[in-house]
Amino acid sequence: MMKNIIPENPPFKLLNILYKKEFILLMVLLSIIFINSNVTPYFLDLYNLIDSTFLFSEKAIIALSMTFVIIARQIDLSVASIIAVSSCVLGYTTSVGMDTYLVISFTLLSGTMCGAFNGFIITRFAIPSIIVTIGTMSLFRGLAYSFLEDQYYNKFPKFVVSLGSDYLFGYIPYAFLTFIILSIIFAFILHKTIIGKRIYSIGNNPESAQYTGIQVDKYTFVLFTLNGLFSAIAAIFLSGRLSSVRPNIAFGWELEIITMVVLGGVYIYGGSGSILGVVISIFILGMLSFGLGLINVPGVGIIIFTGLLLILSIGFPSFIKYFRSKNE
Amino acid sequence: MKNFIKNRDFILFSIIIFGVIVVGFANPYFVKPSSLSDVLTDTSILIILALSQMIVILIRAIDLSVASNLALSGMLISLLSTVYPELPVVFFILLSCVIGTFLGVLNGVSIAILKVPFIVTTLGTLSIYRGLIYFVSDGKQVYSHEFSENFLALIHYKFLSLSFLFWVAILVFIVMYILLNHTRFGRNLYSLGGNPDAAKYIGINENKYIILAYAISGFFAGLCGYLWVARYSVASTQIAIGFELTVISACVVGGISVMGGVGTVVGCTLGALLIGLIRNALPAVDISQFWQLAISGAIILIAIIINTKTEQRKDKTIMVE
Repeated sequence: MMKNIIPENPPFKLLNILYKKEFILLMVLLSIIFINSNVTPYFLDLYNLIDSTFLFSEKAIIALSMTFVIIARQIDLSVASIIAVSSCVLGYTTSVGMDTYLVISFTLLSGTMCGAFNGFIITRFAIPSIIVTIGTMSLFRGLAYSFLEDQYYNKFPKFVVSLGSDYLFGYIPYAFLTFIILSIIFAFILHKTIIGKRIYSIGNNPESAQYTGIQVDKYTFVLFTLNGLFSAIAAIFLSGRLSSVRPNIAFGWELEIITMVVLGGVYIYGGSGSILGVVISIFILGMLSFGLGLINVPGVGIIIFTGLLLILSIGFPSFIKYFRSKNE
Repeated sequence: MKNFIKNRDFILFSIIIFGVIVVGFANPYFVKPSSLSDVLTDTSILIILALSQMIVILIRAIDLSVASNLALSGMLISLLSTVYPELPVVFFILLSCVIGTFLGVLNGVSIAILKVPFIVTTLGTLSIYRGLIYFVSDGKQVYSHEFSENFLALIHYKFLSLSFLFWVAILVFIVMYILLNHTRFGRNLYSLGGNPDAAKYIGINENKYIILAYAISGFFAGLCGYLWVARYSVASTQIAIGFELTVISACVVGGISVMGGVGTVVGCTLGALLIGLIRNALPAVDISQFWQLAISGAIILIAIIINTKTEQRKDKTIMVE
């Protein structure tokens, strides 16, 4: 199934993009915006739109590093649990009265360590990442539960709270700004540097990548560590925004983050996909849940919709292929 | 190889016995026959689900939607039983199995025909099925007094001082043992998991087996839907949330390889018993329930590392021979 894929590293030309998944995704996004703005007059309000980015910026930050992980033919189901661990560290270090910069360093360190732990187990013992991160998903979440039990943290440094809920120049939320800057950096690394090329070739065929001299294990380890670090960054924004940390924080986010990536055209078995596609799909999901929220569809409806969208977006092309082959 | 697997099951069995004795010293009440029989009752659903998950893992896939499937089928029959309390309980059990099978087949079709990778499909249906519970129930719970008497009576039936639940688990164990060891279907599952390409060359229809494996997984999830609801006499949106991870950890501890094609029914059952023992023993030795999740995560990791190490060793011995 995976043998026939040609390594994909699309040059950034407008004409090429028109024929790609990204273009279709963009059309979907535009139609969602069009429908939403016709259904409810509150949708196209600038302040509403800006505030709606709060709903997905934290997930979007993790989706960027998750894109790298999935392109390298791995998966990380433990990100939401890493958020729980990092948020607990954030709350704890604040409660013992550490300085803000120490609090943030420890939080970032905790997430990085969790990610490195994933990477270590996966590369050292050569175990599929799906089963390792299923394990660490409950291990990390469980650590947060056993540490906090039924308590919660609600005191955070002023800096963290303002990061989570304030705007640059009164307009752009910091979380959203971070996401935009990071996505530009990630697009550059993935599409313009040798590192990106190597990640694609690892995803296409890890064995042959190994033979061409790419240190596959090293890359895998670094990518999981990076995923942990980004989960910690998301944890800082999230805790600052919610101003309250319980062990069940960000429950179920791993699914939403993977949906963002896969809907963006990243092949779940690695080797293809682009940051642009993921960014567009993030906006699709964000605008969709914002619009559905405005017309009073409950959160559960959005979850079902996301799940359906995920399966159908991948299944639809093979569905058409299946029927064509039946008719012939 | 056969010796080794037998050996592994024996080690697992010894660990379980050793565990019971250690906990027995810490808390003598735990080793009373009545309380051990409670542990078995409590582990029955886990055994059934682990055995059905095993079939899916054998062909190199995972079914993450079992807990949501269980909760949805359980909720549907509970709602029905409040409207038609006079219907016989057998009808509800069968209906629950049918609903579960249908949900399982949906998974299978999505994976085999739509070619949506199993992880995407079952993660998706995990939340779709869970979300549907809110829709059919309006977020409400069905409480014990709303169930009809015959709906709940069966579960309290005891035979030879073992509960109905455990007898069901024994029945499922026997069925699975025969299915996997003495039928063509079972042996084909092993060969599909062991080497999918070779299996296709000898004419095994992969798609058919994927759909069947998920249908079986769904069938038992449906069955457990009734068992769970009847045992705890409550149906809500939250039942069995996260239970799929416990089921997978039971399989992994039981020596079912996530690389496919390796594992025995006996090993899987012992794995489930060990997990069940740990879950029940923690409160008996005064460890907070908040540690449960972390401990089961750690157990998955340790078991999977041990599995991989022994599997690598096995490969080497084959080469020497």
